[in-house]
Amino acid sequence: MATGELVSEKPLVRPVRWRLAALRRVPVVPLTIITLMVLTAVLANVLTPYSPVDISLPERLRPPFWEHGGSLAHPLGTDPMGRDLLTRMIYGARISLLVGLLGLCIGGGVGAALGLIAGYAGGRVDAFLMRATDTALSFPIILFAILLVVILGGSLITVVLAVALVLWARFARVIRGEALSIKARDFVAQARIAGSSPMRIIVVHLFPNVLNTLVVLLSLQVGWVIIVEASLSFLGAGVPPPTPTWGSMIAEGRDYIASAWWVSFFPGLAILVTVLAFNLFGDWLRDALDPTLRQL
Amino acid sequence: MQRYIFRRFVQSVLALLAISMLIFGMSRLTGDPVMLMLPDDASREDIAQVRHALGLDQSLPVQYWVFISKAVQGDFGRSIKGQMPVLDMLKDRLPNSLKLAAVALCIAVLLAFPLGVVAAVKKGTAIDTLANIVAVLGQSLPQFWVGIVLIQVFAVHLRWLPVAGVGSVWHYVLPAFTLGWFVVAGMMRLLRSSMLDILGSEFVKLARIKGVPEKTVIWKHALRNALIPVLTFGAIYLAILVTGAILVETVFAWPGIGQLIYQGIVFRDFPVVQAVVLLTAGMVIAVNLLVDILYAYVDPRIRYG
Repeated sequence: MATGELVSEKPLVRPVRWRLAALRRVPVVPLTIITLMVLTAVLANVLTPYSPVDISLPERLRPPFWEHGGSLAHPLGTDPMGRDLLTRMIYGARISLLVGLLGLCIGGGVGAALGLIAGYAGGRVDAFLMRATDTALSFPIILFAILLVVILGGSLITVVLAVALVLWARFARVIRGEALSIKARDFVAQARIAGSSPMRIIVVHLFPNVLNTLVVLLSLQVGWVIIVEASLSFLGAGVPPPTPTWGSMIAEGRDYIASAWWVSFFPGLAILVTVLAFNLFGDWLRDALDPTLRQL
Repeated sequence: MQRYIFRRFVQSVLALLAISMLIFGMSRLTGDPVMLMLPDDASREDIAQVRHALGLDQSLPVQYWVFISKAVQGDFGRSIKGQMPVLDMLKDRLPNSLKLAAVALCIAVLLAFPLGVVAAVKKGTAIDTLANIVAVLGQSLPQFWVGIVLIQVFAVHLRWLPVAGVGSVWHYVLPAFTLGWFVVAGMMRLLRSSMLDILGSEFVKLARIKGVPEKTVIWKHALRNALIPVLTFGAIYLAILVTGAILVETVFAWPGIGQLIYQGIVFRDFPVVQAVVLLTAGMVIAVNLLVDILYAYVDPRIRYG
């Protein structure tokens, strides 16, 4: 009887394990969240009947619908200016994702280019670039981002530049390491013998080979970039009001902590969920594409 | 050893010079820093007068020299908003920031060390999973929001702790915990992976074969060696701490230099922001130099490398 039970249990256990393993393989939940976030940002003006900026003081500080005094007209309540909180969060997703995307493109691009140059050139160029990279990495570089925004004034472009400024070093360091190891391979030597210019070797031979690493790095940094943007917005060094950003919404709710908890709570929750989704997705992508990067 | 210290010292001075040039260069990005210092409705005569008073009618290298020699003497200009020398503001606030950061670092170490070590020793158990969750959340939670939620729960609803500001010991609890939490995530992850490496090494095996008690093997033999990579990242923790301090001090109305830079942003008070950045840069570089020297003292391979 005991053996029979063991045998009959086996097929019951196996499918469950297989399904868990499959779930681990493709991160369905993070991917769904990311897709929904992107769709939300793109379709913001279709999704909500309200304007994210029009002030309506009689409607101010309505609680979420499940609390006393709330209604489904404003599911997550309204902010101190009477604007629908959910609407502002939906439009805020635009800024977060846009700044994230542009900041990553510029910061990642510049960082990767510097890393490739340093790795290929070696010698003094490498020493100088890596010294600069180390200094930037060990430095609370957000201070420079703040300085930049204070000097140039807050706008989408300034914030993107600030984010890129914070970001580039993280790419330069890793890509340089990759470039170093690829440079030592035979096909690079052959290209050099065939008379390719350094520029051509970097673009045609090195770049495609670091692409995997670059994609993994990009995906791992998305979450962090969103937090940097939110931090800058929270400090008043982001895209200026009345444009809604998650960070500035949290800042607006700060004065109402005791009376209207929802104003700062929900935008923060949006940041948490989005960043978590991107981080989990990035972890998965790293393991799938480039397991050697596990220490990142 | 002396040669190494000397070389690192020169490098630090060079880095500080580069950063000061960067700050100076950025302040000239808009073309005319007077625009940053005067109200929008300033008359043309006012502008000309301030330009002359600040030496802006001279060449850029001369201007830089004046800027850097004043900064070395502690003259960071006057705050636009506060109408007082920036140095005085810094003097009042720096001790507050240092105290908060020190407490936060203690909390971080007290949490990260046991958690990281136990997670490595009991790899794959519930504690390891917990450590993993702490690490993932540490990377995904916006720091300032954590502070606000903590205030809502512990100060507004439960009324156990003060909402913000300084005063008693209790005022430290929430801000220091919020600040420390973000160091915990990185520190613990690193400690866990370096502990795993060390625990698999030959000398740990030998210690076990010799019959050294497991407790001693883990907390003495292994942990000592696992700490080296954690020390190397000292500079990065410092960077996290400084970045975090700006946000946490703002949330908790903590009168430190982090809150000062926030006020500097709000009022577009350029001299204040510039001074805080320069001061922080100097401190970070000095601490990095100190850590490197200590490190070389502990590990002879670096001294002679």
